[in-house]
Amino acid sequence: MIAAILVLTGLALLFGLILGYASVRFKVEGDPIADKIDSLLPQTQCGQCGYPGCRPYAEALAKGEAPINLCPPGGETTMLALADLLDVEPLELDEEANKQPEVPEVAFIIEEDCIGCTLCIQACPVDAIVGSAKHIHTVIESECTGCKLCLPPCPVDCIIMKPLKISPNNWKWKPPHSIEKDYPVIPSSTESELEESV
Amino acid sequence: MTSRKLWRFHGGVHPPFHKEESNQLASEFAGIPAQLVIPMQQHIGEAAEAVVKAGDKVYKGQKIAVADHHGISANIHAPTSGKISAIEERVLPHPSGLPGLCIVLDSDGKDDWGDCKLTPYSDYQNTEVSELLQRIRESGIVGLGGAAFPTAVKVSGSLNKAVSTLIINGAECEPYITCDDRLMRERSAEIIEGIKILQYMIDPQECLIGIEDNKPEAIEAMSKACETEENIEVVTIPTIYPSGGEKQLIKILTGKEVPAGGLPLDIGILGQNVATVYSIYQAVVKGIPLISRLLTVTGNGIQRPQNFEVLNGTPISYLAERAGGYTKMAEYLIMGGPMMGFALRDDHIPVVKASNCTLFVSSTVLNESNSAYPDQPTLPCIRCGKCMDACPLNLLPQQLYWHIRARDFERAESHNLKDCIECGACSYVCPSHIPLVNYYRFAKGEIREQTETQEKARRARQRHEFLEFRKAREKREREEKRAAHKAALQKKKQAAAKARAATNGAAGDASDSKADAIKAAMQRVKAKKQARAQQAKKQTKEQTKPTKDAPGINK
Repeated sequence: MIAAILVLTGLALLFGLILGYASVRFKVEGDPIADKIDSLLPQTQCGQCGYPGCRPYAEALAKGEAPINLCPPGGETTMLALADLLDVEPLELDEEANKQPEVPEVAFIIEEDCIGCTLCIQACPVDAIVGSAKHIHTVIESECTGCKLCLPPCPVDCIIMKPLKISPNNWKWKPPHSIEKDYPVIPSSTESELEESV
Repeated sequence: MTSRKLWRFHGGVHPPFHKEESNQLASEFAGIPAQLVIPMQQHIGEAAEAVVKAGDKVYKGQKIAVADHHGISANIHAPTSGKISAIEERVLPHPSGLPGLCIVLDSDGKDDWGDCKLTPYSDYQNTEVSELLQRIRESGIVGLGGAAFPTAVKVSGSLNKAVSTLIINGAECEPYITCDDRLMRERSAEIIEGIKILQYMIDPQECLIGIEDNKPEAIEAMSKACETEENIEVVTIPTIYPSGGEKQLIKILTGKEVPAGGLPLDIGILGQNVATVYSIYQAVVKGIPLISRLLTVTGNGIQRPQNFEVLNGTPISYLAERAGGYTKMAEYLIMGGPMMGFALRDDHIPVVKASNCTLFVSSTVLNESNSAYPDQPTLPCIRCGKCMDACPLNLLPQQLYWHIRARDFERAESHNLKDCIECGACSYVCPSHIPLVNYYRFAKGEIREQTETQEKARRARQRHEFLEFRKAREKREREEKRAAHKAALQKKKQAAAKARAATNGAAGDASDSKADAIKAAMQRVKAKKQARAQQAKKQTKEQTKPTKDAPGINK
């Protein structure tokens, strides 16, 4: 009896020491979970989640301080991916998220109206606006994340959001229209119901 | 024509081939339409860039658009002489039906080459390989089997690799299409010459020309043309769709399989279509860039199905007219064959380098070979597994279908969706008429978009991080600058003090003596003040002595 207790205590101590040593010796720099979360976020850096960028939101998520449904640009896909990664229940997206446009948008500067104040350049989180003081600015379309952060600072309201142009290069096939959708995948109804749905 | 061991690829189907309709008549030059519309993107890769402007007069064969030099691309030449009337967006021969940038050329009917013909290499065997490659690149040749991959890129990739087998693809397995058949019958000597150019360039151990056995005339013509060639062999292969797929033909002829995600070059094989080889001959020996090709105009929707030599950019309506006009059966216009082609919405769309067939058909005939068009009702999948038996790549079409229906693209990818060549064999055999290929095309598009979004997110993160870094660096630099400025100022002060101390010891510093003078003056003033105050005190004391109760000033 006593021998058993001693052995177990000894083992517990031993493993405790090993674990303690390992936690010091193999300490991981940074926050791997936040990194993983960050890689799922759309990186628009729009701040719509209430955090100043995607990384801070990822860190808040990693600490469990933020809910997973705060990212409107990511939409349902991102939310589900986060739920999957963090092993939490998927949450309803709020209204804001459902208002996201179907086609991704990018900012566009109406150059005739631009006064060259550089305010939008300072607001852009990804350096996607080029220009300098008293020179017309323009948006690098391929780098714009569509975060809309450049809209409010513009004193002459010359920035608008434009849907990305669909060309034969980025066009994709639509899901096939199939009447099969009307059938239940697991036949639970009677034949007459099936006929009706045809 | 020797008996050679052939292999079988998995699956394959035998749709109605409909070849006799168009392969009876000899090919004809279609003529020069009044207006040609030449898209800038006729090949895989980056679009070419126009080097002419509206109003310019161009000669036949003049380079009107240059290949984008950053990536994979191909030059485009004027198919005939005339005037550029516009460079604008026109609807492209593309399944999306979307417009893209095109050069619109009003022909003048003269078909004048000017001096735009390239110098022919009559003696290519004594020409540098790099020069020949440059000629192929310059002539804007792309793979004419359908994929339109720039040939120069493909050939240059094989130059520094050991190529054991050069495979010339004359299988033409897609129903209705007979342009390669006619080309082989009519221009076999030129094709052989083209093959010899390729042989000279890449030096393969053997060269096989694969032709399906439903083209006996083509086999005969080609065999005759290469009788004297030791190293070129015509191989008759059984007719089965899709034997003309590059990987399938390689399997049939060599028994080798191209690894998933790999290229034929990885296993020492280079494949070229017969029409591509013919245009290599044209470019090298005749100095003619790729401005025309043989194209099949066929289907029960056209009066006189036939093959035509068409100029790049010819409107389909013009070809339909040349083939006797439409019949009542013309319901669909398909670019390509019924299995892999796609429907176009109107016939003003031009044909491009990669177009091998314009098919005008009724829906009943089309549904014979392809259920991917919406006229047949779709029934539920009964898991019969026929698609699995038919798939030439040994994929699991029904599993892919279920995963894609559930929008589980990751699972679809893990079932090797990206290896699907979209041949349509699965849709063809499906007893429920499920447009399986359309599901795969849809899923591939979604996956591509996901990858692009991820790539964009990665770039955005990088840019954002760099912005943060830059801001931090600027802040740090500002602070450092301020600190440095402060330090410099202090140093200057110290230096001045030091200098002062040094000069003080010798002759006395001006400013120092000044300060001393001020100090002395201040002390003098202070002393004076004190003296005055004391005097005043004394006086008041003396004054207030007699009147003792008078209030003191100092109180």
